[in-house]
Amino acid sequence: MDRVPILKIGDVLLVSIQIDLQDQTVLALQEDLADRIVKTGARGVIIDITAVDIVDSFIGRMFATIASMSRLMDAETVVVGMRPAVAITLVELGLSLGGVRTALDLEKGMRVLGAPLPAVRPGTS
Amino acid sequence: MTAQDVELPIVSNEDVVRVRQLVRAVAAEAGMSLVDQTKIVTAASELARNTFVHGGGGSARVESVVNARGRAGVRLVVTDNGPGIPDIDKALTEGWTSGSGLGLGLPGARRLADEFELDTKAGEGTTVTVTKWIR
Amino acid sequence: MSDGAGKAHLPELLRSGREAVLDRWLEVVLEGVRGRITERELKAELTELYALIERAVAGGDEEAGRELRAALAEISRSRARQGFSPSETAVSVFAVKQALLEQVSATADMQAYAEFIEFSSWVDDLGLVTFETYASAREQVIADQMEQLLELSTPVVKLWDGILGVPLVGTLDSARTQVVMETLLERLVETGAQFAVIDITGVPAVDTEVAQHLLKTVMAARLMGTDCVISGVRPQIAQTIVALGIEFGDIATKASLADALAYALECSGIQVTGRTEA
Repeated sequence: MDRVPILKIGDVLLVSIQIDLQDQTVLALQEDLADRIVKTGARGVIIDITAVDIVDSFIGRMFATIASMSRLMDAETVVVGMRPAVAITLVELGLSLGGVRTALDLEKGMRVLGAPLPAVRPGTS
Repeated sequence: MTAQDVELPIVSNEDVVRVRQLVRAVAAEAGMSLVDQTKIVTAASELARNTFVHGGGGSARVESVVNARGRAGVRLVVTDNGPGIPDIDKALTEGWTSGSGLGLGLPGARRLADEFELDTKAGEGTTVTVTKWIR
Repeated sequence: MSDGAGKAHLPELLRSGREAVLDRWLEVVLEGVRGRITERELKAELTELYALIERAVAGGDEEAGRELRAALAEISRSRARQGFSPSETAVSVFAVKQALLEQVSATADMQAYAEFIEFSSWVDDLGLVTFETYASAREQVIADQMEQLLELSTPVVKLWDGILGVPLVGTLDSARTQVVMETLLERLVETGAQFAVIDITGVPAVDTEVAQHLLKTVMAARLMGTDCVISGVRPQIAQTIVALGIEFGDIATKASLADALAYALECSGIQVTGRTEA
């Protein structure tokens, strides 16, 4: 089974998913991330899914789980780079990923974590 | 290799990924739009996982089809010899789950496909057929 | 046809009465198409058809039958595209019966009458060919127009740096909304825009389905890390939405496009003032 590498940039952990995810890989990633957040004291987690061509309910649930888990350890999670087709399918599937922050790309995701401007997102201002 | 009418076993987590890849290949070859490809592949992923997790394994058949009006599409038939689904209405209800999942598997697959057929018998197994037509 | 006992009378009648039948045929058809096609054009068409009918009726000429059907199909297609009604198109064929029957009556020839019955059902078949071609040509026209409409009616424009606008005009159906949704989301990725304003000022009515589609678009955009505002919600549409019990939740809606742009600018931290920024 492949494992998804976790990179550390400053106090942000970056997970860039480049493989076709199977359920075991997803579960392993959740565990690895929890370990790394604790070990590094990271303030944020970015999951880059630019290369992911499907997100089903299992993978979607992973995002939500990682988000709530990392929040408990005082780290914010941002999912970046979701493709339009994936987003449309997730909505159709009935998954809204409540509680998971999202950004268009890696750079914008870093900005979300780096300087949380209260006025950037509506509903929070 | 032509990706038409192929049958795959579903006995491991890797097989779920293989089913996804096969459905993607058949849908792409049939000329389906990217969004619709993604929908049917996602439906396939949900169904294949159900088969592996709840049905104790089974198989998936993927075929490109043409309906009576000449419309082309992709059909996926997932079969297991598991315990069957005791309450179909419940299984198709959003958020209801027999295990630890979100309960989106069957209802989700049904919404993502254009046609959905569920055939189940207690103690004998379950067959789910989904079809997506090309717009 | 025409290989009954003895020599057939109808082919002869068609030949000898050519001028009279053709003139009468032309007269009947012209009455129906009134001015939308010139008499000269029509005459050329009917003369060609008549020659083919003569050859087909005389028998032993398979080629003539095929050519006749092809010629009829061509005429039906062009009538369909020119906007003639189905009956106006079919009359072009059926009128030949009336014209010929008048000739047959004049001769009071019983055998010609008998042959005419066969001829009549043969012409009916030709009429069906005409109608089928007409119908499929019309369907093609409709399909083409729908496609053009889809392409034309879903522009995504840039309103400001990082703010896209989608002015929706006309009736939204499931297929069109899907196109809008996909185009918008793709443009968000391409441009890196954070905001999209979906303006429905030009949408005559919002039903449950359309509202659902709009909601789905906004939700998909959010999953991608962007945000949408819906503008142009007229009082009438607001009433419908409330009456239908559709929940827009925390999705921002504004009465006008200007309000929506102002809102998007504010959320993006952009201030528009009279003085230049120092």
